[in-house]
Amino acid sequence: MKFPRKLRTWILAALLGVLCLPEIFIRGSYSEQHRELVGAGPSAHFPLGTDDLGRDRFTRLVYAARTSLLLAAAAALLSSAIAAIVGCLAGWIGGWTERLVISGVDLFVSLPWLFALLTVRALLPLDVSPGASVTITFLMLGLLGWAVPSRVVRARVRNNIAAEFMLQARASGATPMRLLFRQLVPNMKPVLLAQFFLSIPIFVLTEANLGVLGLGVAEPLPSLGSMLRELQDYSSVTAHPYAIAPAVVLAVSVTILQYVVSRREAVS
Amino acid sequence: MKYTAVPIAFLFALTAGEIPHTASELRFCLRAEPKTFDPLMVQDEPSEAIRYLTGGVLIRLNRRTQELEPELAASWSVSENGRRIDFKLRQSLRFSDGSPLTAADVAYTIQRVMDPNLHSPLADQFRSGSGPVETRVTSPGEISVHFPAPISALALQFDELAIESHETQRQAQGFRPVAGAFAIAEYKAGNYILLRRNPYYWKHDTSGRSLPYLDTIHLDIQQNRDLEALRFRRGEIDLIEKLDPELYERIAADAPKSVVDTGPALDAIVMWFNQNPAAPIPATRKAWFSSSVFRRAISYAVHREDICRIVYRGHAQPAAGPVSPSNHAWFDTSLKADSFSAGKALDLLKSDGFHQDGGVLYDRSGNAVQFSIVTNSGNKLHERMLTLIQQDLAHLGISVRIVTIDFPSLIERITRTFDYDACLLPFSPGLDPSDQMNIWLSSGANHQWNPRQTKPATAWEAELDRFMLLQATAMDQKKRKEAFNRVQQITHEEVPFIYLVHPNALCAVSSRLRNASPSLLRPHVFWNAEHLAIAP
Repeated sequence: MKFPRKLRTWILAALLGVLCLPEIFIRGSYSEQHRELVGAGPSAHFPLGTDDLGRDRFTRLVYAARTSLLLAAAAALLSSAIAAIVGCLAGWIGGWTERLVISGVDLFVSLPWLFALLTVRALLPLDVSPGASVTITFLMLGLLGWAVPSRVVRARVRNNIAAEFMLQARASGATPMRLLFRQLVPNMKPVLLAQFFLSIPIFVLTEANLGVLGLGVAEPLPSLGSMLRELQDYSSVTAHPYAIAPAVVLAVSVTILQYVVSRREAVS
Repeated sequence: MKYTAVPIAFLFALTAGEIPHTASELRFCLRAEPKTFDPLMVQDEPSEAIRYLTGGVLIRLNRRTQELEPELAASWSVSENGRRIDFKLRQSLRFSDGSPLTAADVAYTIQRVMDPNLHSPLADQFRSGSGPVETRVTSPGEISVHFPAPISALALQFDELAIESHETQRQAQGFRPVAGAFAIAEYKAGNYILLRRNPYYWKHDTSGRSLPYLDTIHLDIQQNRDLEALRFRRGEIDLIEKLDPELYERIAADAPKSVVDTGPALDAIVMWFNQNPAAPIPATRKAWFSSSVFRRAISYAVHREDICRIVYRGHAQPAAGPVSPSNHAWFDTSLKADSFSAGKALDLLKSDGFHQDGGVLYDRSGNAVQFSIVTNSGNKLHERMLTLIQQDLAHLGISVRIVTIDFPSLIERITRTFDYDACLLPFSPGLDPSDQMNIWLSSGANHQWNPRQTKPATAWEAELDRFMLLQATAMDQKKRKEAFNRVQQITHEEVPFIYLVHPNALCAVSSRLRNASPSLLRPHVFWNAEHLAIAP
């Protein structure tokens, strides 16, 4: 199925608009409690009903999408960038450097970073605002989430070095720098984009799990992760199917973003 | 005091109509691995459950009547103003390996629990002053225990002391011989514990049949509460000791007769402000927190009824003080929980120099009132409660930040670094105020708002010290009650702890389980395990 290019652009613009400026589209507050309407079903006033504290699910969902998708995307960008640098470095130089870097990556993956996250939370001042707390959380995720993608990048670099286009460029007298930046790096884009898009939902879900440890988004600020935690209770999902909306928003957002950006890549 | 043996089976005469004669197994879940099988070293709930089911005690607190009843001891008497207790044991008592249980075993157990090298958590409740605890075995069936100083509620302390054999340290399988209704038969770490009926258990029912009725108890180690509830609904387990309100409602929706709300438990959820003068928090906040008017205003601003209705789904009661209304002996009926009143709260704050401007509350120096409340992470009920409190206080113009951190970090902050503003945690007192000394005495380590004071920081804390010591040393129950009532009144007036709610004890019992009579005291369901039976 092909979407016109303009439509794709509009979808992306609308998504970014809702994410960046939810105040334009939503009038209510994500923290306001309607205590007489706890756990209410969908209505004209509350399109997705209310949560366990009587807060408007729809409003919370929009703000949660902003918090999670923007910060998860930023964290995914950071981790993908680190993975690109480390993976390219290891794959391009090869030899001892590669073995050393890969050993370092293996060591990094095997370390219990959960304790580092707990320590960060324990060391943070209690007065940190919910916004700062969630930013620090995603920054940590970005800084810790590069190791596995860097292995994929390195493997792809090794494949590309032996690819025909590289041989051809080398035969035509390209310098190592030109080979790296004009031939190798542009051909790494699909892998890096795949890692980037894979990282977004992973980081959103990791944030949900970190919430259990107190390192996620502090109340009353909503996040997709904290809203997804409601889905742990399967019976409440069957009773309130609209509670699945955060999962739908996450899937649709990542798919649209992936589709739009990958189509743009194809066109360019 | 003199107690005489009463046939316990009398209590169950009405309910023990159907007794299975086929092999029967009770199944339920422990929510964690027991940390120890040594009954004198128990500190965690799963180990406590094992100790309760396997340990033979001299005196047992009946979880329904809240009265003490004789178990291995046929009778006992407390004398010398709480310094001495004499036990007369039942005849022909035996451990689960068939060896006789005599006064020498009681003496051995008491000496072992008091051994400073063992560091038994039970030792504190028997430690009353400097000097050793002496045991005198006057005959194989009689023993007297002498303490260096009076111990209040002395007999009650023996409810947790499981008697050990002084001869046989371990059975062939590696488990200790016990004098309780069941003995450990199998243990697979991380998986299950199998208890088998003790064939030498002393108790009989009214028809003379040996108890317990059950042949085995299969305890699955299951941390996930949702899975535990699912297994109960499938009929794979027969009881759930403790349910949170959500799971209670979920099970009740399918099988309303299988859930039991026994009413407010002894626990209370409390919030307190850090009043430690050495705490590394701004001086302005210290000034707010040390004002009883400020604390009282916050208490009025918290909507306890909403917490009960929304967070606990109606399975909780607003709290007025440290003692739950279910604790018939010690609850002060004159105390009432502060009803929500934003108007009263604001008036009090204004009388203390605070003022509102543009929806924000400022103190007399112009500082906006804001603070954080910390609680342990992973507890949905606590988080929801704090979110409600956050909005309640926002109506007064107070900005509250909710912080959830892992339990060890939280304990570090509230007991060592004191780097916090306010904290919300559950408070689990025992039935008798004697175990609350560490909380109310100004020198106590658990005097959370300002612990380990060298001398009372305030006049009302000096009063608390005086009345707590009075209740601890008085042997007359009426005087003890009067003294502890005064403690409750002082805490109600000065609000060092803001008592929020007493959550109800919620449990689930399968229709297959006979003779179950859930209680609000722990253990809620299997407290009468020897009388429980599974319908054939």
